[in-house]
This record gives sequence, C-alpha cells and structure tokens, in this order.
Amino acid sequence: MARRVSETRRWTFTILAWLVALAIFFPILWTILTSFKSEADAIASPPKFLFFDWTTENYAEVQSRSPYFRHFMNSVIISVGSTLLGLLIAIPAAWSMAFQPAKRTKDLLMWMLSTKMMPAAGVLIPMYLMFRSFGLLDTRIGITVVLMLINLPIITWMLYTYFREIPGEILEAARMDGASLSKEIIHVLTPMAVPGIASTLLLNVILAWNEAFWTLNLTTSKAAPLTTFIASYSSPEGLFYAKLSAASTMAIAPILILGWFSQKQLVRGLTFGAVK
Amino acid sequence: MSMMLRGLMGACAMTALAVPAMAETLTIATVNNGDMIRMQKMTKPFTDANPDIQLEWVTLEENVLRQRVTTDIATKGGQYDIVTVGNYEVPIWAKQGWLTPLEDMGADYDADDILPPIREGLSLDGKLYAAPFYGESAMIMYRKDLMEKAGLTMPERPTWDFVYDAARKMTDKSAEVYGICLRGKAGWGENMAFLTSMAASYGAPWFDMEWKPQFSGEAWKKALTDYVAIMTEAGPPGASSNGFNENLALFQTGKCGMWIDATVAASFVSNPKESTVADKVGYALAPEGEKPQMWLWAWTLAVPSSTDAPDAAKKFVAWATSKAYTEQVAAAEGWANVPPGTRTSLYENAEYQKAAPFAKPTLDSIMSADLKNPTTVEVPYIGTQWVGIPEFQALGTAVGQQFSAALAGQASVDQALQMAQQIAEREMAKAGYPK
Repeated sequence: MARRVSETRRWTFTILAWLVALAIFFPILWTILTSFKSEADAIASPPKFLFFDWTTENYAEVQSRSPYFRHFMNSVIISVGSTLLGLLIAIPAAWSMAFQPAKRTKDLLMWMLSTKMMPAAGVLIPMYLMFRSFGLLDTRIGITVVLMLINLPIITWMLYTYFREIPGEILEAARMDGASLSKEIIHVLTPMAVPGIASTLLLNVILAWNEAFWTLNLTTSKAAPLTTFIASYSSPEGLFYAKLSAASTMAIAPILILGWFSQKQLVRGLTFGAVK
Repeated sequence: MSMMLRGLMGACAMTALAVPAMAETLTIATVNNGDMIRMQKMTKPFTDANPDIQLEWVTLEENVLRQRVTTDIATKGGQYDIVTVGNYEVPIWAKQGWLTPLEDMGADYDADDILPPIREGLSLDGKLYAAPFYGESAMIMYRKDLMEKAGLTMPERPTWDFVYDAARKMTDKSAEVYGICLRGKAGWGENMAFLTSMAASYGAPWFDMEWKPQFSGEAWKKALTDYVAIMTEAGPPGASSNGFNENLALFQTGKCGMWIDATVAASFVSNPKESTVADKVGYALAPEGEKPQMWLWAWTLAVPSSTDAPDAAKKFVAWATSKAYTEQVAAAEGWANVPPGTRTSLYENAEYQKAAPFAKPTLDSIMSADLKNPTTVEVPYIGTQWVGIPEFQALGTAVGQQFSAALAGQASVDQALQMAQQIAEREMAKAGYPK
C-alpha cells in the first residue's frame, strides 16, 4: 500500500514538474516556432501551433540585414570580459569578508547589494557624460567595465557564500606551512572553490549577455552586442513578429546551449549551501 | 635611382593604406519600418557616387530610438551623424540649437516640391531643419463587403455619426467581426495620438491661450463618451491594449469593419501577402465633426549639430529625400513601394496614382492638416495629434493611461477626465506655464 502511494506521488510530481517546465519554456518554444512562420501566420487567429507553412525566409532576411557575427562577438567579449574582470576583484574581496570578517562586514555586504536597487535610468545622464568625456561611448572596454560594476555585488555575494562553506582551518594550515596570502588564495582557496567560481562565472555571463539597458544606451554600432541586434527588429508600425522571433532565436541560441550543457553546474552552484 | 623607386613605391603604399582611413563614416540612426529598411538596401548608387563616405546603420524601435537619440543630442555625445526624428521633435530641437539647418541641399533638390504642411512643420524662422523621408495622415480603411452588407455607402468624408452607425451595423460578435477598431493602448503616440485628433475635431483643445488644460470642457466629455461607447458596443475585446500593430493584425485577419489610423497602414492592409482582406479594402477621409479630424506625421532625416561630418551628412540626406531616390525605388520595386506623403510631384505622377489606390485620400488628408489650427478654437501650440511642447511625451502618456482605464471599464469617463485635468494642471504648473 505504502509503495503504491509513493508510486502515485512520484508520477504526480513528475507530471507536475514537466508541466511547470513546459510553462516556463513555452515562451522560448513559441518564439522559435514563430521564427519559422510567415508574418501572416505569425498573427493568425486562432494561433497556428505546428501546422503552418514552415519557412526559413526570416533567418535569411535577418542575416542579410544585420551583421549578426559582429554583434555575437561583441556579446561574447563583453559578457566573458566583464565576468572575468569581476572575478578578479571579487575573489579577494569575498576572501577577506569570509575569512577575515570585521565588525561591519555584514553591513558592507548589504550596502553592496543596495547599489543593485538603484534605478539605472537615474544615473544614465551622468554616466553618458562621463563616457563622452573619456571617449568610451560605443567601445567594448567601456561597456565591459560598466557591466562588471553592475554585476560585481552579485559576484561578491555568491563567492562569499561559497567561501563560507570552506573550513578556515585548511587555509590556516596552509599559512602555517608558510604560504603567502596570494599563494593561499590562488593555490589553496581557488581550487577548493572551483565549483562555486564556475557557477558564479556561468550565471554572470548569462546576466551580462542579457543586459539590455546599458548596452542599448552606451553602445551604437562598433561595440553593440546582440541586445541591440534584437532591438532593431521591433517596430510600432508594421508586422515584425516573425522576423523579431528569428532575431531573438539567433540571439538566445548561444546562451541557451551554454545553459543546457552547464545546467548541472548551475543548479549545483545556485543551491550550494541551501541545505545543511 | 633604386632608392628613389623604393621611396616612391613606399609613398604609394602609404597612400593606398591611408585612403580607406580617410573615408568618412556616417552613423545613421533610424527606425524599423518598411521604407527605412528599403533605403538601407538601396544605398549603392550613393556610395558609388561618394566612395569617400561609408554608411553605418543603427536601427532601433521607435521609443528606444527617441530616448537614445535625445540623450546623445542633449549631451552632445556626437554618436550619430544623421538621425531619424518625427515632426513633433524637429521644431523643439531646432529651437534648442540641436539641429543643423538644411541649406545648400543642391541645385536639383527642389525644396519647394515638399508638401506645404510638411515643410511648414519642419521649418523654424524660414529655415528647413529636417528633410521628410515619408509623411502620413489619418484615414478610414474599411471593408467594402461589410459596408455593402450593412446597406450603407461610405461618403468621401463621413461624419462621426455615420461612422458610429456603420460600426454598429457591421458588428457581428458571434462571427468575431467588430465594426470599428481604434487605438486604446496608453501612450502619447498610441491612444493619445488618436484621441487628441478626434477630440480636436469635436472642438476640444488640450489648452486654452493661457495654457490652462481643457479636459473639464464639454467638448472633451462628448468626444471621450462617444469613443468609449462605440468601442464598448462595436469594438474588439481587450481594446485598451490595442495599438497600431494589434489593430493592423485584427484588420488583416478580417476582424474589423473599419479602422481609423495612419495612412501608412493602407499599404499593409492592401498587400495580399500579409492581408486576408486585401481585395476588399476601401478608403475614405478621416471623419468630420465640428472640424475634420486632422493628423500629420512625418519621419524625417536631420543632422545633429554635434556631428563632425555635417557636409557628408547633408549630402546623404539630400540624396535619400530626393526625387531621384523615389524614381530609383520605383524602378527597383514598383511605384506602390516608394516612400509616400512628402513631395507634390509624386502625387502628380500618373503611374503612382495607378499603383497606389490610396494616393488621393492620403494627399487630401495631408493637405487638409493645419498644424497651427487643429481645432475650432485658437490654441497656443502647434500639432494635430500631438502638442508641440517638450512636456507632451510624459503628459500625453499620463493622460493616455486615464483614458485607457476608462476604455477598460476601470474608471468612468468623468473620473478619467477629472484625473486628466488634475494631472495636466499639476504638470503644467511644474513646468512653469504660461511661459
């Protein structure tokens, strides 16, 4: 009897999990399906799910109109660059907070997080003026630094959480063996925190890849990533859903594939320390 | 000798390397619509004739473009050499000194050929500050078959009462056919574009000559009451979320009897590749109340004063808005695809008249638009479906939210108007009006 109950329960949860997964994935699936429709089919009512004239003309149109590869490379450089730069600063910061906490460390962490609560539009004009003065408008280096600064609180917080799980005694032992501070961080702490660092890296690459406010406002053409590429296919006058869907699919495909292959790492990283 | 030869060859090589570096790159910010995208594909004659000029396109959604370009121009960022702006912005930006006057556009440019209402809206103190790429007004697009079934004949310019009567008769909710589709989505360029022009034809202005908001007046009450009533009775469900594109989709799939909107829609609804009702569409002038409903919009190309390549930019603007470009598009893609609504000569062209059945109502609508006298009473501003002050974008959207709520049934017409009056009074006082 007990076995039957658990079996029923298992099936119920499996079905429920599939339904939730489908509901979450549905917008992406719909975008991909729409990208293969004609503009007329994209607005058909009732909507056409699978039975329509499949076409790749939207992809051809998008390819001919926009330099996809240039936007793609900008996205890769900006998202990976900003994350690596962030890790370089956040690893020592998280180390000091996790292993050498001071009286106000918790307050400092909260303050760092509070910068994320500031509306971005509020600092757009000062940022724009600074970028103009330093000649950073529409440059990869400029937008990389901005995205690094935006994601730095999250990177530091995540690393701090992972580092807290590592016993301080191991670092102490390394110190007693004569390891310098840099050796302690590079050769002892970092290898032990690799899973945490990897998931922080992945999550922040995704966040930087999807960032739209600053990338749209501070880049024009030379440094414009895929967010600008998508924005160019929206229009208030005229039908554009199929072409926009094709552009969106092309923009999200790389990050979707990366997420798919690294999902175990991501889930492990995100649930790290959740159950003790 | 050999030294000299080597030196000469070296100089030649250096020159060859330096030539591409000397080429000027024009960054052009533009919107994503059919005419602009077509232009991007047809620039070869220009780049062939001007090998020292390279073109870099930045295409953005209208609202993103507006925000992006405004930030850049106001801070003199210099990111764009040519910007696509509407006729709402041109006089305001020209007054601020943000745009370069378009003089010396070449002997064959023929600025006098630009339709007078459009040219007037883009000029300040007699100087043209932006060149129109395409222009539009509003018209009624209607289903001829449904009109016939309802036993009615559409006049050349109907009254609002005729439109309401026809909408009720054409509605068949069981077949998902709605007599009338109008904008309901909140926004200064969405529902407020339509409602500003509709109310003006009822004799309702935004402000009196002292810049006092006029939403508490009888004319606004009548206009908004009629709008909400007809949309509730004969409009599609969820109309408060419908903007241009949503109504376009409804009309193209045969769900609207009539649609009053920008004339540019005519080329979409009559395109058999996109529209299921392409062969059943008729066109009429926008309705008439105390005054005809007026609407005037132009997407223009302007040269910001922050550009470091004003001469090359002007050269491109002159080419893109010339008669020669129109002829080039006609030769490549047919007369029906040329950018409409900017030049008198286009509407005198017999081939264009033949290819575009909506040419006459479009021209008549544009020519009847009077930016300085949009309604029955004197007003201190210019604009037919917008008010030519910088505060209008925020104010129009805030008021539009109230009217959209009235359409959705979340507020009564009286409440919406009262709120609109309060918001407008507060914002105008904050902005320091009367100035």
